[in-house]
Amino acid sequence: MLGGFQGLLSMALIGRLYYLGVIESGQYKMLAEENRISLRFLAPERGEIFDRAGRLMATNRRDYRIFLVPEQTSDVEATLNSLGQMIALSDSQTRRLLDRIRRQRSFQPVSVAENLDWKTFAKVNVASIKLPGVQPDAGRTRFYPDGRATSHVVGYVGPVTKEDVKDDPIFHIPGVKIGRAGLEATFDLALRGQAGTSRFEVNAYGRVVRELTRQEGEVGQTLTLTIDLELQKYAVERLAEKSAAAVVMDVENGDILVQASTPAFDSNQFNLGFSQEDWNALVQDPRKPLINKCLASQYPPGSTFKMIVALAALEAGVVSSSETVLCTGEHELGNRIFHCWKKNGHGRLSMTDAIGQSCDIYFYTIARRVGIAKIAAMARRFGFGEAHSIGLGGQAKGLVPDKVWKMANYGERWQIGETLIIGIGQGALLTTPLQLALMTARIANGGKQIRPRLVQALGTEPFPSARRPEMGINQRHLDLVRTGMIKTMKAGGTAFRSRIANRQYSMAGKTGTSQVRRITAAEREAGLEKLSQRPWEERDHALFVGYAPIDSPKYAVAVLVEHGGGGSAVAAPIARDILKKTMDIDPVESVAAGVVSLGAIKSSSSKG
Amino acid sequence: MGTSLMFGPRRVEQTFLQKLRQLNWLFVLVVCAIAGIGFVVLYSAAGGELDPWASTQMIRFAVGLALMLAIALVDLRYWMVAAYPLFALGLLSLLAVEFFGVSGMGGQRWLELGVVRVQPAEFIKLALVLAMARYFHGLNPPDTLKLRSLAVPIILIILPAALVVRQPDLGTTLMLVLAGVGMIYLSGARVWIFGVGALAAIVSVPIAWRFLRDYQQERILIFFNPESDPLGAGYQIMQSKIALGSGGIFGKGFLQGTQSHLNFLPEMKTDFIFTVLAEEFGMIGGLTLLGLYVVILAYGVYVSLTCRSHFGRLLSIGVAGTLFLYVFINIAMVMGLLPVVGVPLPLVSYGGSSMLTMLVGCGLILSVALHRGLSIPRKNAFG
Repeated sequence: MLGGFQGLLSMALIGRLYYLGVIESGQYKMLAEENRISLRFLAPERGEIFDRAGRLMATNRRDYRIFLVPEQTSDVEATLNSLGQMIALSDSQTRRLLDRIRRQRSFQPVSVAENLDWKTFAKVNVASIKLPGVQPDAGRTRFYPDGRATSHVVGYVGPVTKEDVKDDPIFHIPGVKIGRAGLEATFDLALRGQAGTSRFEVNAYGRVVRELTRQEGEVGQTLTLTIDLELQKYAVERLAEKSAAAVVMDVENGDILVQASTPAFDSNQFNLGFSQEDWNALVQDPRKPLINKCLASQYPPGSTFKMIVALAALEAGVVSSSETVLCTGEHELGNRIFHCWKKNGHGRLSMTDAIGQSCDIYFYTIARRVGIAKIAAMARRFGFGEAHSIGLGGQAKGLVPDKVWKMANYGERWQIGETLIIGIGQGALLTTPLQLALMTARIANGGKQIRPRLVQALGTEPFPSARRPEMGINQRHLDLVRTGMIKTMKAGGTAFRSRIANRQYSMAGKTGTSQVRRITAAEREAGLEKLSQRPWEERDHALFVGYAPIDSPKYAVAVLVEHGGGGSAVAAPIARDILKKTMDIDPVESVAAGVVSLGAIKSSSSKG
Repeated sequence: MGTSLMFGPRRVEQTFLQKLRQLNWLFVLVVCAIAGIGFVVLYSAAGGELDPWASTQMIRFAVGLALMLAIALVDLRYWMVAAYPLFALGLLSLLAVEFFGVSGMGGQRWLELGVVRVQPAEFIKLALVLAMARYFHGLNPPDTLKLRSLAVPIILIILPAALVVRQPDLGTTLMLVLAGVGMIYLSGARVWIFGVGALAAIVSVPIAWRFLRDYQQERILIFFNPESDPLGAGYQIMQSKIALGSGGIFGKGFLQGTQSHLNFLPEMKTDFIFTVLAEEFGMIGGLTLLGLYVVILAYGVYVSLTCRSHFGRLLSIGVAGTLFLYVFINIAMVMGLLPVVGVPLPLVSYGGSSMLTMLVGCGLILSVALHRGLSIPRKNAFG
């Protein structure tokens, strides 16, 4: 009987052993593997960004940083304190870290410090043996060699936040940064690359015993832009501390060679981290350094719009090249009087002179004749009122007002007076510097409907220039407008003082001064010369659009200086300098450029 | 404790050499095999090193083996004479633990004796079996059935159990109670008594619960739901089951256990040593060890059945039964069938006191076997 009892106990043990070791074995084998094997994702190298000549605009460099795995520390605060003695953590930083640690899961590493110098890093590295949970890491971080000149084009990267869709294994990599603005954001997925994996064995305390397998990730794709970095840097420098924007475009294919917006910020700072002061300064600056003024802000084009009005009138046949209009300085419409910027009038003017001298009366007259519908249609044909897909988000569409728009938005009928105001580029009309450059390029290239392009290749796959169909505008009309623009730079023209004497650099253009605030009758009485006494944000915007050389145009430029004052005095000299520099460098003619950039693509992709 | 009582037999019917020849060497071999398995597992648990566990264990085994053989050769009657004194000595040493004991691993269990530390709680189990066998041997067969005859055995159980539970050592306390009750059963007491006893035990559970330490309560609660706390106390059972299950039929191979070598297993050199074995040698390894234990049990039963003296019968089956109870509770515990109560695996778990106790027990079985032809009067064997 006793034997039977013991036998029963033995059978129970054997049965249990069989259950665990045979029936449930598969599950337990899996659990044992899960215990022992940890998977870690390896950060892929982010794709580099090149200018048209293969010069680096965004790359990666070594980054010494410190991670903390809260789970592995016995006392997070004490560990942070010991770290703080080596890497100088401020109280607010410590508080932010503790807050972050509380919010996320305890096995996820938290980045304590980045961009440490080698000496500090080595010190922490040695000390980390005694500080469980502290992980020194030699990673890679984004670096922008000309971060201040390229920030509005390239954008920046930033840490992953809760809002991101976390479907990419890359998000499991501590300290990973993704594109947050500019092309970095638009092409983020392609630039990211593929995370690699490392399977390694850990013991019960989480210490790594050995690596089992390793699969390297894939380098992100490179991006080759149409920007000429040298020219871009020059333009940013030339705009200096003004609140301004400049766009330079290849008139033949729409390639954007310069896209400068100032004041700028340094893309690297988003990586290095801002001090509270720096950040406040950036956000509170009335010149809005974070806004890309080339395409995210919109302005009334002022007189730079007069070419569109001229073309609308010419194409409609309501004005001829030989017809002249008398400017007395005033234009009557009903009981309202519209003024010319030249108080005493220009006298009799032909169209080309009206453009060259920017006569308002002439354009009131022809605008009234041709009507808002045709002006609006012509404006749209030249690219106004739409966002152009060049790979940058946040583009303003601008506004081309017409009767339909007025009715839809105000429920009112269009007034003829409004047509007159549109005729000199004021009123509800809104444009971006990018649109102005595009308009100028289309005029300069003889009416070919080019499209702006900023990215020429992603990896080895080129983004070809768009087809450039003829816009179907009479060449003689375009010639007439261009002659007017040439006259701008001649004696009597509004930008005569900014002319380039050297025939080789000859340029054509159009000045513009767009009102921010309406001039009241009282002010007009008091005289218009008191502009400089107005508060900065009420001063006029200064604009200039132009192209060069005049014989066979290659480059178009648009410059805008916010609240800068007069177009001829402020914007024209800047545009001239940028155009001159453009022709000096002559980026389009360097046929080698294409070869260089393709070479850059190859060399960077073979690195991975 | 036993060594001081080693003196030569005064009335020997067999010569020393005769006894040595009659000794069941196959049984000795099985004991060695079990200990050998222990060495192998300890060697593996140390990451393929003799130090620090396997070598120490080997030395202990060598000493214990000599002791076992010596005990086997001692005349059974001496053991009967020594039964009560040994039990008294055991109680005294338990009391000594109470006052001078060394603390360790959540309890006060060790007694420092010069260079060695001993766990009196281990030895008291054998002393209890001896004392019970001695008591029932002295009882007239008709008295065995009387209820009042149970008073002494119950006192014999309660005294050491009360001292051990205070250490606190729940495993040993349970073992003492089970071994004692088993002895009463083997002595021929009526079965209904056990029914009443069991009922009384169930009724007393809520009361006993209040006397348990927090960690003991926790262990029992977790036994019923180990997944409730995978990083805390339930961790042991979970990891143990993972190790056992992942070993499969043939195991992961010698020195290939991941659960053990990467420290996922708790207490792997002591209470959870069976898991290390089963992970590396699989179900085959586990069954082999179990089979060897069954051989010892079977031999104990065989000796008991063929022994002429009541003392010998009770001692042999009592020791073998206790040993098997250890085996069962330990293995059932690591497999998640019983709560983790801290019972070592006989002859395999790392630990000197346990190893010596088991070998002394085997020595007693062998002693009974050598002297099974001896008939000892039920009353006053030595006058």
